[in-house]
Parts: sequence; structure tokens; C-alpha cells
Amino acid sequence: MNSKPYVREVSKTTWFLSHPRYKRYMAREVTCIFIFAYTFLLIAALGALANGQEAFDAFVLGLGGPLGVLFNVVVLIATVYHSLSWFVVTPQAMPIQMGEEFVAGHIIVNAHYGAWAVVSLIILFWGM
Amino acid sequence: MSELQQRQIQLEVLRYNPETDTAPRYQTYSVPCLEEWVVLDALNYIKDHLDPTLSYRWSCHMAVCGSCGMMVNGEPKLACKAFIHEYKEGQIKVEPMANFPIERDLVTSVEDFITKLASVKPYLIPKEDKPVSAGEFKQTPAELKKFKQYTLCINCMLCYAACPQYALVPEFLGPAAISMAHRYNQDSRDGGRDQRQEVIASDEGVWECSFVGACSEVCPKHVDPAGALQQIKVASTIDWYKEHLMPWMKK
Amino acid sequence: MEIIKADVAIVGAGGAGLRAAIALAEADPKLRIALISKVYPMRSHTCAAEGGAAGVIKSDDSLDLHFSDTVGGGDWLSDQDAVEYFINEAPKELTQLEHWGCPWSREADGSVAVRPFGGMKIKRTWYAADKSGFHILHTLFQTSLKYPSIQRFDEYYATDLLVEDGRCQGLTALEIRSGEMKQFQAGAVIIAAGGGGKMFPFTTNGNIKTGDGMALAYRAGTPLKDMEFVQYHPTGLPNNGILLTEGCRGEGGVLFNKDGRRYLQDYGMGPETPIGQPVLKTMELGPRDRLSQAFWGEQKKGNTVKTPWGDCVLLDMRHLGEKKIDERLPLVRDLCISYLGMDPVKEPIPIRPVVHYMMGGIHTDVQAATRLPGLFAAGECACVSINGANRLGSNSLTELLVFGRRAALSAIAHLQSNQVPSSDTALAAKAKESQNRIQALFDKSNGTESISGLRQEMMDTMEENVGIYRTGEGLAAACEKIAELRQRYANITLTDKTHVYNTDLMQALELGSMLDCAEAVTVGARDRKESRGAHQRLDFTARDDENLLKHSLAHYHPTEPPRIEYLDVVVTKSKPGVRDYSGAKK
Repeated sequence: MNSKPYVREVSKTTWFLSHPRYKRYMAREVTCIFIFAYTFLLIAALGALANGQEAFDAFVLGLGGPLGVLFNVVVLIATVYHSLSWFVVTPQAMPIQMGEEFVAGHIIVNAHYGAWAVVSLIILFWGM
Repeated sequence: MSELQQRQIQLEVLRYNPETDTAPRYQTYSVPCLEEWVVLDALNYIKDHLDPTLSYRWSCHMAVCGSCGMMVNGEPKLACKAFIHEYKEGQIKVEPMANFPIERDLVTSVEDFITKLASVKPYLIPKEDKPVSAGEFKQTPAELKKFKQYTLCINCMLCYAACPQYALVPEFLGPAAISMAHRYNQDSRDGGRDQRQEVIASDEGVWECSFVGACSEVCPKHVDPAGALQQIKVASTIDWYKEHLMPWMKK
Repeated sequence: MEIIKADVAIVGAGGAGLRAAIALAEADPKLRIALISKVYPMRSHTCAAEGGAAGVIKSDDSLDLHFSDTVGGGDWLSDQDAVEYFINEAPKELTQLEHWGCPWSREADGSVAVRPFGGMKIKRTWYAADKSGFHILHTLFQTSLKYPSIQRFDEYYATDLLVEDGRCQGLTALEIRSGEMKQFQAGAVIIAAGGGGKMFPFTTNGNIKTGDGMALAYRAGTPLKDMEFVQYHPTGLPNNGILLTEGCRGEGGVLFNKDGRRYLQDYGMGPETPIGQPVLKTMELGPRDRLSQAFWGEQKKGNTVKTPWGDCVLLDMRHLGEKKIDERLPLVRDLCISYLGMDPVKEPIPIRPVVHYMMGGIHTDVQAATRLPGLFAAGECACVSINGANRLGSNSLTELLVFGRRAALSAIAHLQSNQVPSSDTALAAKAKESQNRIQALFDKSNGTESISGLRQEMMDTMEENVGIYRTGEGLAAACEKIAELRQRYANITLTDKTHVYNTDLMQALELGSMLDCAEAVTVGARDRKESRGAHQRLDFTARDDENLLKHSLAHYHPTEPPRIEYLDVVVTKSKPGVRDYSGAKK
């Protein structure tokens, strides 16, 4: 047998650098780490609450400091990016056929934006 | 209609001959290309006029036979649908499809894909038996449209060349094979989903997919395999909940 | 040399080969089936067929109408017993395909939809948008995966049939991946390897359509029939010959010359029908031969549109509207936009006739049997003949199915006659001969002819002399030239002397096949001194039923031109008459 197929190795660690679309994918995946980190902040908040009013006030004061604000801003940006990157692909995962035709993708995406806005407003006003 | 424009293009082609090479190497050819040409035309020019030893697959030259998938400037493309006028630089790099072993020059090994395609039972498993003499199964245009898109796969395997999961985990069934299972699952005449589910809802099946979406971006026929895989994940998840939380719902 | 034993070996895994394989597997699961093809099945050229497949299914249609459309369309050169069998089997085969999952386009009530096609009295073409051949091929390929008894040998190039004791008992084939020769021993062989349109430079045919199956049978001593009948499809993209289906006109597209005149009315296919209201068997729904000939007439009159790719006429589909075009002709739109930069929704598309299909092929009877016992043929490589002198659009896809299956049944019957195979040594000796022939190509280093050079000369000759209209003078020149090229072919050199995926070698072998077939075409055309269907002679303009209501049979000779024999056409119920495509007149 003369055949001797040549296999090109793919780097297990740097493969995603080879194409912009892989970097975009990694950005989507990596941003979920920030959401994960934020859950620790919430746990810490709960811990402070459990330690009484004083501890909780100190915790809230800390959040208002430059590091706390910075952390929240970074997490907010990452979360928004992460969420939007999923909104974009929902028509693929959940197509809706009405009669013969499929509902246009942009309608499904816009419905998500709409729902997001509504939920955000409710939380905002409920909080006030 | 204007006269046809011509441009000299440097085609940098990855060559590999297992009988004479230990590893692939690049060879550059200077080809006088018409602007309306596709990369395949340039390869044919090389084959006929510059170097008869260059090997590649091609047939229909109209993006339907799926033979001529290759990497053009790092992007999985059908050579017959990679237009010269889209490459403004005077240089085009042509390599065999990524993620497949190179047999020779631009020819890659197809067997892995064929085996995987066969494993998903990509044929109609009729819901009901009906002799041919009883005529056709009825299917409304809406029912047809539900799966039509997934029938358009030409098996060119560009989606595998684009899929990083397939690159990292070669056992992954991959976009085209799973989409074909989805095509039959969605067909109103078919009753074979349970038989296919074992293979496609496995670890090497849809759950290996992390929804990079590259497959759908490179698909020349707009099959959207990524969509098919996510839909299978959603349906399989619903199956799981039904089975574990609502056992009375099970058939 | 490795020996692979099978009950039936099939060469070619397109529509006909796959259909034959499935029929064999269904008839008897114990049969060992070797499905051999030089490409993976889904690459076969069946995939490029667009418009659809004809079969009587609707209540306003009848088998008689399908019969008369086919026989008249073929200018009475079809064998009418074969046509009878064909039209009877057609609806069953198309329904069978539906049961296997083929995504045929549908009516609102869920029944299969049909569309009009050229030369048909009634709408009877089943279609899957404009990718009918593609869906048929993939449906068959995927269905074939159900049957473990179908063993595929993908990317094997068949080099020679093994003929011993007057019977075909197998073949030799090169495994392209390794360059190794294999010997297939089989009780019966079915050739389903497609046509040879690539002998022409401007063709809808893919790169693989090099007449290998025809040449395989021809060289083994079984004749090629009616090879002079080569169909030009009237609507090809002018720059690269990509097919725009007859469905474009079936759905209502019209043809204009440079003055905006519906010129078909000047060629006996009028009077003009209103735009958007196509009339069957009239104007744009005339048969392919007539439409291509009309183009030639317009070219001679100077009525064509000048384009960078030569003379064209215009195919106008704008009045169909975007929705209908996207639903019925999505591939056509995509092809026009991609390869020509023009959108049929917005502008008329320049088109010209392009070599599309060979009516001729391996001579078989209505059972798909050749004159060589043990050898059967089906599909474009075969000539049964149902297509006569001009095939009607949408009969060929159905033909693949009907005669693919028929060849399988005949092969089984042949196996049941229990003939004792010839001795292994005798067959091995034959196989060795074939291997030596290939090896000689590798050993020779002093050849002076280039493969692509000879191919170009062949294509130029065919284009110049064996086109839509032919002359005795031109054909004589073509015969001489092809004979010369066949001689010079003995002097080719391989540049590539390695073994793995040696496409230089493949091209050399394919060129050999094409030259053999081209000679059968040119000699057949030179000797047919009449005009019939797709064979039009400027020096013999009338049909000559008295002398030439006959098939031509070309018999191979290794160094000389073929000997032509004539065989009576089978006429059962339709006497030769006038082909009338002016339905609107009545």
C-alpha cells in the first residue's frame, strides 16, 4: 500500500487563534466566567447579611468603592455581550414555523430584546 | 457587457505526495486568471498547462457535487465557488480541507465522514407500511418545508473543516451527519427518530457540539447544521425531562 | 493481484448504478454486490440534473400520451417496445422513490406536484424544486446504506471487462487511492457509468463524464448504438455551460433574440403564446433539438446578442416574479447570480445551446442486456433505446430508475442460469493483460504527446464539426482527425509516475475512453445521411425513413475506425409521422 495519509496536528491550546470566528466563540464562552465570578459576589453579600446590619453596610460601602464599581461595570459588559451573543443564535436553535413559512430570524431576536427590556424595566421600578 | 478582465495570480498550493514527500510543502504557480474564474479554473489551468502532477477532486463546476472542498486563504470553500474577483490580492493560498488527513496534494480522506453518515441511519424509516401500488405518502408543502433545508446538504464536508470540535475530538459525529439525521426526524413520513436518537444524542453526537456555529457560516448550501444540532439538543433535553420528571407522559 | 469475488459487479454509482444495487439487495439479501465507481456515489453527475422526472400520475394524463410524446420527441428512432415498458414502470419507480424519502415538491393537498416540460402534451414532470437529480441521487445513496450486502468500492476506476468463454465474468479496476489493480470476479456485470459529454468543450457535463463505461463495453466487443445523436440543451450559461433547467421555460420563461422577438415562432413552433401563459408543446415548450436548431438559425441571421462569451439569445423569467423563482427555481437563480453576476428576477439572462446528453450508448435490449452474455447496461451510458434521436427532458432521470432496476433483474436471471465460471487461471491471465496495459503507460518515457494537448484537439474537432448542424465535409474531416488522435494517443507520456491519486493517469485513461467514443460519434454521424432529431445534416436535410429508420451500431476496432452495422427500429403502434410543435395554432 503506497497510501500514507498525512495528519496535520491541531494545537489543543491555541487553536482558537487561527480564525476570527473562533475568537468570537471564545469571547462568548469566556464572558460566562464573569457571570460565574458575580455569583461569588452574591454569596459574599449573603454572608455579610448573615453577619448583621453593620457587616452588610460595610459590604455595600465597599461595593461603592472604585474596585467594586469597576468589577460591576466589567461584569455588566461581559454579561451583556454574553447574552446578546446568545440572542443572535436563538432563531437557529428555536425556529418557529407558522403555516408554511418560518418566522423570520430577526423577529425572534427582536422579541428577545423586547423581553429583556420589559424584564429590566420591571426590576428597575420594583427596586425603586 | 464589458470585455473579460485578466489578472496574473500567484497560487500557493500545498503539495504532498506520500511516495516522495515526508511532509507537505508549498508550491507557487503563476496563473493568468480571468476575473470571472473560480479557483478551480485556476487549478485546471495548472493541471493542463503547468504541472500535470497536481491532484485534486472536481466534477460538476456548479457547486452541487461537493467534490472540490478545500481551504482557500484559510477558509473552507468549494473551489468552484471561490471567485477570483473576491481575492483582491495577487496571491491565493490553496490547501486541502482542514481536519482531514491528506492523501495527496489537495485530496483528503473522506472515509471517516462516510462511516459517520451511515451510522445515523440517513434514510426514511416509514411510520407506516404502504405498498408502492397504494401511491405516494401525502405531505403538505408546510410539512415539506419543515425539513427541506436539511435535504440540501451536498456532503462537501466544509462544515467538518470548519468545526474546531471535530478537530479536537475526531470521534465527534459532526455537523453534516447529524443534520442528515435531523432531516429524516423532521420528515412527516418518518418514524425512525427513536432508532437514530441512540447515536445522535450520545456524547459523540450532539453533546460534543459547543455551538461554535462555524459549520453554518461556511456551508455553501445554507443548510445551517448548527441550527439542526441545537434543535436536537432542545428536543433531547425535553425527552429527558419527560422521562425523569413526568414518567406518566412517556408513551 | 487481489481478487474480489461478487455475484454482481456494478460499474458506476450514480442514479442507475445505485438503483440497480438496491434492486439486487432487495431481491436477495445473500447476493454479494460490488458497487464500483471512480467517484464517491454522491459526486455522480445525476446530482446536476435539475428539472425533474417524467411519469404518469395525474388523472388528466395517460400512458398513451407519454408514449406518443416520447416516440415523437425521439423522431421515431425509439424502440417502441422499450418505450412501452418504460412508461409503464415510470410511475411505480417515481412513487418508490417517494417512499424512500425523496423530497418531491407538493400540491397544497399533499400529493406530488408535476410541472410542464418541453415536448410534453400534459404536465407530467415530478420535481424537487430545481434540484431533482440531486435529491434523487442522495435519496438513492442514503437508501443504499440500509443494505449491508452492497459493498462499495469508491474511487476505483474500471479498466477492462474480463471476457472469457464468450461471457462477461468480471472486470479489473484501479484503486485510485493506492494505484493498485484489483480483479473483480462476478457472475454478471452492470455498467451504469454515465455519458461522455466531456468530449465536447462546451457542455453541462461534469469532469467525470468521459464515456468510460461506454468505452469499457465497446472495447470488450459489444457495440455502441446511435452514438451520432448528441443532445444540445438550449439554455446553458454562456461562460461555462452551466445548465439552466428546461423548468425555466416550463414555469413560463421565454426566449428573445436581440430585437426582442420571440423567434421560436419563426421555426415552426408558433404562433407566439402570451407571456406568462405557456402552452404545452408550443414555442418555448418545444423539444430541445428544435430549440437548439432555432438558435443556430438566429445566429446565421445575425439576430443573436453579442457577449464576451460569444453569441447568445435571452431567457427572460422576470415576469415569474421573485417568489415563484425562489420557490421553483432557486438553484437557477443562484447559478445566474454567482457565475454570471445577473439576477433572473431583474434581467433577462444570456444563454446559448450546450452539449448536454448522449442519446446513444451501449446497445441493450429492453431487458437492459447487451449482446455480451453476462453484461448489462443502464442509464446514459446505455441505449435501449427509449430516447431515439432526441430525448425529451425529464425522461432520463426516470430512465435511470426503470432500467437500473431492470438491469438488476436481468442480472439475477443470468445468475440463475448457473453457468460455470471459467478457470481462475484464464481470468487471472485476462486481468494481467489489463494490468500490463496500464503498466506500459508508466514504463514509456519517450512519448511526445501531451494528454491535455490531445484532449484540446479532440474537443476543438467535435465543437467545429459535430455540432447542432453537420455537413458531410465537416464530418469527414472530424473522422480523419479523431482517427489521427487515436493513433497519436499511443504516444502519450505520463508526467506523474507515482501511484497514489495519480490524476495524470486518470486523465490519460479518460482521454482514451473519450477518443474511442468520439470516433463512434463521428463515424456514425458521417454515415447517417439524413436529418433526424438531434442529428441534422445541411447536406441531407430530410428524414429518410425508407433507408434509415434504423439504429446504427458501431463495432470497435483497436486501430481502425469502427465498422457500422444497422439494425431495424422496433415499431409497434406509432408509424413515423410529422413532429408538430405548433399546438397553439389549433
